[in-house]
Amino acid sequence: MADGRWNVAIDSGTCIGSGVCAGTSPKYFKLDGGYGTPVADEVDADDEVVTAAESCPMEAILVREVGTDKVIAPLD
Amino acid sequence: MTTVDRGACPYPFSEAQGLELDPEYGRLRDNGELARVRMPYGGEAWMATSYEDVKTVLGDPRFSRAATLGADVPRMMPLIQNETNLLTMDPPDHSRLRKLVAKAFTMRRIEMLRPRAQEVVDGLLDDIEAQGPPADLVEGLALPLPITMICELLGVPYEDRDKFRAWSDAALAFNAFTLEEIQAGRDGLREYLAGLVAQRREQPTDDLLGVLVQARDEEDRLSEAELVQFGVTLLVAGHETTANQTGNFLFTLLSTPHLLRDLRENPELLNPAIEEMLRMTPLGTAAGFPRIATEDVVLSGTLVRAGEAVMTQLASANRDGGVFDHGDEIDFHRENNPHIAFGHGVHHCLGAQLARLELQVAVGSVLNRFPDLRFAVPVEEVPFKTGRLIRGLRALPVTW
Repeated sequence: MADGRWNVAIDSGTCIGSGVCAGTSPKYFKLDGGYGTPVADEVDADDEVVTAAESCPMEAILVREVGTDKVIAPLD
Repeated sequence: MTTVDRGACPYPFSEAQGLELDPEYGRLRDNGELARVRMPYGGEAWMATSYEDVKTVLGDPRFSRAATLGADVPRMMPLIQNETNLLTMDPPDHSRLRKLVAKAFTMRRIEMLRPRAQEVVDGLLDDIEAQGPPADLVEGLALPLPITMICELLGVPYEDRDKFRAWSDAALAFNAFTLEEIQAGRDGLREYLAGLVAQRREQPTDDLLGVLVQARDEEDRLSEAELVQFGVTLLVAGHETTANQTGNFLFTLLSTPHLLRDLRENPELLNPAIEEMLRMTPLGTAAGFPRIATEDVVLSGTLVRAGEAVMTQLASANRDGGVFDHGDEIDFHRENNPHIAFGHGVHHCLGAQLARLELQVAVGSVLNRFPDLRFAVPVEEVPFKTGRLIRGLRALPVTW
């Protein structure tokens, strides 16, 4: 299980509004004006955030560890 | 809130004609009505036709696909869907499966396949040109391109295409085949994929099917039935849709001279033109897969009660005048085009980026190669298939 704090960001220029993130994880993502947006910019680590980020067809969701900026998702 | 019983309308409203959308959808949408329809099987359902309602039904977790599994729900297809696949799952099960392959279908990864798609198309067009006019662009281009691409991604032998094409065609029928033939198509696909899975246990591969076998055998991330049905879904969805839309888009261009001229004069409009044809071409002959409300939800002022079925009509949502100016017209110069041809929410088409790539390369290349491309028969003689879930041409006879 993941721990620590994560920063969640969506690149609004890349997002196509597919709705995959908000459907996969309504706890962490919502649609605003048709485009994906994080419910909170900083969250407790949770694998569900990674699942949503990895399901984005545009790889528009960037999840990083707070403090270290280490990329949690997407990874190759 | 509406409580008056308006009576259910028999559905479909009419038999699909070519690429025409029955005007009844637009009337319902523009009246702000949630329609009540009697489906060919399973009884009555609601039908969403507006952009907002369709997006809500597709995106809101209060509407379930899993609740339709194994149930005699209102639907177009004669058989009850009793095999779990990606399209009949809700989160979190759906997310668990989808993420196993999602990386292979991202924009970035699919873009890396563009040179290969171009090479395949160039080879197909070489053959067509060498043979001389007339040619059938369905057999010569629209089918072999997506079949080649999905075969290579999944690891399915291209030589088997006649076999799985026939099964797939029957599996997606509602009255073009008998119930026995439809069931035989589904069984054939399942047994075929089970065989390919077994091969990979003997000889591991690094194709997508190999990745899924590994996820099952080494990490226990999906069941055996899920694994086999995942393969079936990827193979069928990976070619039926794009193959038919390629033919449909070329039909639209060849039968609408001002659109063809616009695209030929402005080749930089290729990608927007593909998006616009995605918006305007109804892929389904009728409204898509049913969803079941898991709690009471109000749509367009009408109460949908928990347990009731809702159908969605994407093609009608894509013409909603509240979202798209002159929504019933094809306009390659449209600036804002948030169409939902690939669906919305968790079931947003996994292969959307691959479909876009294939459509762009196929349509762009065929126009480049044949500057004088035209139908080889009168337009009304270009044959459409009937009795199937998906619209498409039986053949596209062209000359140049």
